[in-house]
Amino acid sequence: MMLVTAIIKPFTLDDVKAALEQIGVLGMTVSEVQGYGRQKGHTEVYRGAEYSVDFVPKIRVEVLTDDATGDKVVDAIVAAARTGKIGDGKVWVTPVETVVRVRTGERGTDAI
Amino acid sequence: MNAGDTAWVLVSAALVMLMTPGLAFFYGGMVRAKSVLNMLMMSFIALAVVTVLWVLYGYSLAFGNDVGGGLLGGLDFTGLKGTLGSLVGTAPTDPNSPWVNGHQIPHLVFVVFQLMFAIITAALISGAIADRARFWAWTLFIAVWVTVVYFPVAHWVFDFNGATGADFVGGWIANKLGALDFAGGTAVHINAGAAGLALALVLGKRKGWPREPMRPHNLPFVMLGAGLLWFGWYGFNAGSALAASDLAGVAFITTTAATAAAVLGWLVVEQVRDGKPTTLGAASGAVAGLVAITPACGFVSPLGALVIGLVAGVVCALAVSLKYKLGFDDSLDVVGVHLVGGLIGTLLIGLFATTGVNPAGKDGLFYGGGVGLLGKQAVAAFVVLGYSFVLTLVIGFLIQKTIGFRVSTEAERTGIDEAEHAESGYEFSSLRGGGSSLGRTADILAGAGKIREAAGASTEGAGQ
Repeated sequence: MMLVTAIIKPFTLDDVKAALEQIGVLGMTVSEVQGYGRQKGHTEVYRGAEYSVDFVPKIRVEVLTDDATGDKVVDAIVAAARTGKIGDGKVWVTPVETVVRVRTGERGTDAI
Repeated sequence: MNAGDTAWVLVSAALVMLMTPGLAFFYGGMVRAKSVLNMLMMSFIALAVVTVLWVLYGYSLAFGNDVGGGLLGGLDFTGLKGTLGSLVGTAPTDPNSPWVNGHQIPHLVFVVFQLMFAIITAALISGAIADRARFWAWTLFIAVWVTVVYFPVAHWVFDFNGATGADFVGGWIANKLGALDFAGGTAVHINAGAAGLALALVLGKRKGWPREPMRPHNLPFVMLGAGLLWFGWYGFNAGSALAASDLAGVAFITTTAATAAAVLGWLVVEQVRDGKPTTLGAASGAVAGLVAITPACGFVSPLGALVIGLVAGVVCALAVSLKYKLGFDDSLDVVGVHLVGGLIGTLLIGLFATTGVNPAGKDGLFYGGGVGLLGKQAVAAFVVLGYSFVLTLVIGFLIQKTIGFRVSTEAERTGIDEAEHAESGYEFSSLRGGGSSLGRTADILAGAGKIREAAGASTEGAGQ
């Protein structure tokens, strides 16, 4: 099993969600996060004073998947989140040892 | 007594009262989320403490019979004794006086109208020392400051000979000097601005200023506050005619015209300098225009008001950057907006005042009056500035050296709301018991279910 984590631009979330549903992904967790990569932040001006805002709002999407569909999930997210401009985000995959469904106690791929 | 005049001044007093909560939101939106409550409280407490002092002795020090030199009112009205049942506005002995025979209002109506001016003047200062003043030290400061600075200066500027008593003598600026200040450019704005500068120097910079970003946390609050201020300002300026009259109409339109021009002036400066017109700039420009027209609103034409407003919008937009060059942390630009705006309005009266608008006024330089009026305006402006600045420095240092004025560094870092008030302005996290959207939704759904069950049960009960 694996955990696919994606950091994406907030306005691409709907497209990413739709793309994941299309390939049969049944659930995901999203959170509002802030950070920067090469894009860096932006500048805001208040009464003539410039503030550089380094941390920009992003969405983190987390999807648990079995090993077979991991690549499909990554490809779906990348395709849906890409605008071609700097700051589109990143997707990475980490191995997962155990998954337990709280309600039933099922373990492993049955719990995904 | 005239019922129309009385009604207008009563409404105006309520309008000016609303300016203080409006100011609280104007300032509150500009600070960081961790100090919004303290910022609101600094204005709100002025409503409480100044009102108590005004009733006890403040009104008397401002509007009692002069004790000498036009410097301070006497104790004729302590506890507001002798005000019930009497009228003010009779027998003006000075041609500058806004009082016109036939326009008389009950004394207590005048008392409450002037009270609101004292309250907002003290509250205005708070913007200079955002995020770092101990609450009770600030409250004590207000009490001392209005006593030794505001009440005397209000006497100088607002107390006309014969207004509050048949043979009462008033203040020196209004009667001896004869400078024009319709609604408080000197007594309110220059006064508060100079005091703000002094207090910012006494308390010092916020930790991390100007290196760390201290961005406004809620610009919609700032806009809301600016809107309330603009609305309330009609009581401040048009109400200062102290009558439902032509002159009130003049003050109403000049106030509006100047404010509109100042918004445009500030935004054009931002567009040229920063590349974008901002909401904070629009709100600030409005306040700068309102400040500048305050002393002039009953003495200049609508076209003169447009010029005064435009100058104030442009100059104040540039002036707010001065603190970075000079290195004082006037956090919310009390100096750049109120001191500079107050000076602009007070001095430009010397150019734009015209007896064509107000026969009780004077003609300025552009209307054939020469430079005499400009000189008087400058004397009034700079004496009030100097008096307020020096006295505020002294009061500030005394409080700093005795009970302490500033919160601890740790309190400032974690946030003054938590340190001084044991509250936080915003609580959305379910982890801290504030009820996230998910937690709240679940609560509400569960509650609704119970209500439905109860309703069902009672219906059944009724059926049986």
